Amino acid sequence: MYVAVKGGEAAIRNAHRLLADRRRGDRSVPALRLDQIVEQLGLGVDRVMSEGALYDRELAALAIVQARGDLIEAIFLVRAYRTTLPRFGYTRPVDTAAMLAERRVSATYKDLPGGQMLGPTFDYTHRLLDPELAEGSEVPEPELRDEAVEAMPRVSDILGGEGLIEPDGAMPAGHVTGDITREPTEFPMERDTRLQALSRGDEGFLLALAYSTQRGYARSHPFVGEIRIGEVELELEVPELDFPVTLGRIRVTECQMVNQFHGSAKVPQEFTRGYGLVFGQSERKAMAMSLCDRALRARELGEDITAAAQDEEFVISHSDNVQATGFVEHLKLPHYVDFQAELDLVRRMRAEHEAAHGGGERKEAAE
Amino acid sequence: MSTSLKGENAPEIAAYNFAYLDEQTKRMIRRAILKGIAIPGYQVPFASREMPMPYGWGTGGVQVTAAIIGPEDVLKVIDQGADDTTNAVSIRNFFRKVADVETTTETARATIIQTRHRIPETPLREGQTLVYQVPIPEPLRFLEPRETETRKMHALEEYGLMHVKLYEDIARHGHIATTYAYPVKVEGRYVMDPSPTPKFDNPKMHMSPALQLFGAGREKRIYAIPPFTEVVSLDFEDHPFEIQKFDRPCALCGAEQVYLDEVLLDDRGGRMFVCSDTDHCETRRAAGHVGELGAKEAAQ
Repeated sequence: MYVAVKGGEAAIRNAHRLLADRRRGDRSVPALRLDQIVEQLGLGVDRVMSEGALYDRELAALAIVQARGDLIEAIFLVRAYRTTLPRFGYTRPVDTAAMLAERRVSATYKDLPGGQMLGPTFDYTHRLLDPELAEGSEVPEPELRDEAVEAMPRVSDILGGEGLIEPDGAMPAGHVTGDITREPTEFPMERDTRLQALSRGDEGFLLALAYSTQRGYARSHPFVGEIRIGEVELELEVPELDFPVTLGRIRVTECQMVNQFHGSAKVPQEFTRGYGLVFGQSERKAMAMSLCDRALRARELGEDITAAAQDEEFVISHSDNVQATGFVEHLKLPHYVDFQAELDLVRRMRAEHEAAHGGGERKEAAE
Repeated sequence: MSTSLKGENAPEIAAYNFAYLDEQTKRMIRRAILKGIAIPGYQVPFASREMPMPYGWGTGGVQVTAAIIGPEDVLKVIDQGADDTTNAVSIRNFFRKVADVETTTETARATIIQTRHRIPETPLREGQTLVYQVPIPEPLRFLEPRETETRKMHALEEYGLMHVKLYEDIARHGHIATTYAYPVKVEGRYVMDPSPTPKFDNPKMHMSPALQLFGAGREKRIYAIPPFTEVVSLDFEDHPFEIQKFDRPCALCGAEQVYLDEVLLDDRGGRMFVCSDTDHCETRRAAGHVGELGAKEAAQ
């Protein structure tokens, strides 16, 4: 046994060395710099910040290099770092209506105050590989508008003015906003903590669940009221000062889903909301999040809970990819002891079975 | 015939066939289309391809169009009734690029019209083909999510569930609460999803002289309504099918009995209603028809 442990140490040391070598690859190719990743793989950086739950582009870029481009591994690295940081306060609620938007689209209105703005989107590109990119060709500067942006009220507020949509979610009086990184998860959750969990949930998992609601598993008749991407200001209340201090700006993606709702025993017929907000530019994630949020409000709205996407415990328990990848991949760790116990049990039961039924049946089973 | 998608100087590592798809794929899709025409309203499974636009952007419609389009065709693409919506522009440009065909916004001039969510107001004529982009081809999907079940239901012509759903609507709301993707019965046999067009457009499908083809890329289904086919919207004797009615004409061209878009003018409740079919509206205005706001504009 002693020999095996020593062998393990050497094996790990050598494995890490080999990993570092493979990560670096051919030494004659220049090493990636973090600014290259931040600038040119920005959406990957955004995903790592969002699901890593830490807004720092450079650290996310570092995590991506270190993880050899495996984004879930990079998210894990960022999470493992953020968890060591002190929590010195909570910002004031972000005002997304005041966002400096680079993109803003509504699918419910052809035109609306503030206008539709495509921004830097893949949406209407044709997915044809562009050989010119491989040549590193020059990219022209973008067209930027000079005039000031007109006010861009949120579509949900416009609908709210007519009383057709439910009001923005309210918490019970005296409710202190939860923090899933500081408190253990408990079911049923309030919407605040649930949204936090969704915001850093795995993009692929939420995407699949959102998709399932569109295909009839808890259909929610969604319309994209609005998607906006841009920079918002963060403000912090400091006890010593009687005005909030501006900390800086972060880029976020917000999705307000407007859902048809035929009313239930609890709520009259009106439009309801699903909400998505994530760090950086990630429309897919924000949209999936808003569909999941709406589906998970089934209990609150008195809808029948029939599908996976409506099952809070199922969704939230499995949405965290760092947890999920850990538990799935842990199966490759040694399980000798448990397996041994199982082996013993199976052997014993087979022996008992054979004693009771004779040896003939085993042959049949083998066929 | 192959088309280079890059400029003259670009490295030639990717060349694409006429209308993007290779000829074998086109033949496969055409076989599915022919089968669909032979069995009106029946959903024919087909080996949908990856397209250079995402699922949900009309990959089914694009594949159908790519399979039937020829160099002589004149293509019109609309989304929400309009030629100038971003996705319509994008798909039109796609076919201009990969098939080098003539495109138009005039309904009457087009030989192929690809559409999402509308049927043009101008009646279609013989020889035209209307290609619908379909997100969820199965009309029974929201009553039964499993494909294995719904295919059985179609095979047995077991549509009771749909009638119960419509009846429950009436019992709860006093009327049928489906406003778009309103189910139809084709030639007395298959219940079919007309794609998410408003039910306003359903009557246009009935006995249309044009060929109507439906493509659902992600769900891998094609179906068809041949010219002069009976298409009946499901209803009850005492609750007959009705289409939407607008209590005002188009603000720009004054058209009545057309489908209108609501456009917000400000955040204080100001709004106007205009034709969803932009070609119809422009044609009318060119012919001298003026609506309420169009008159104001002219006065200024």
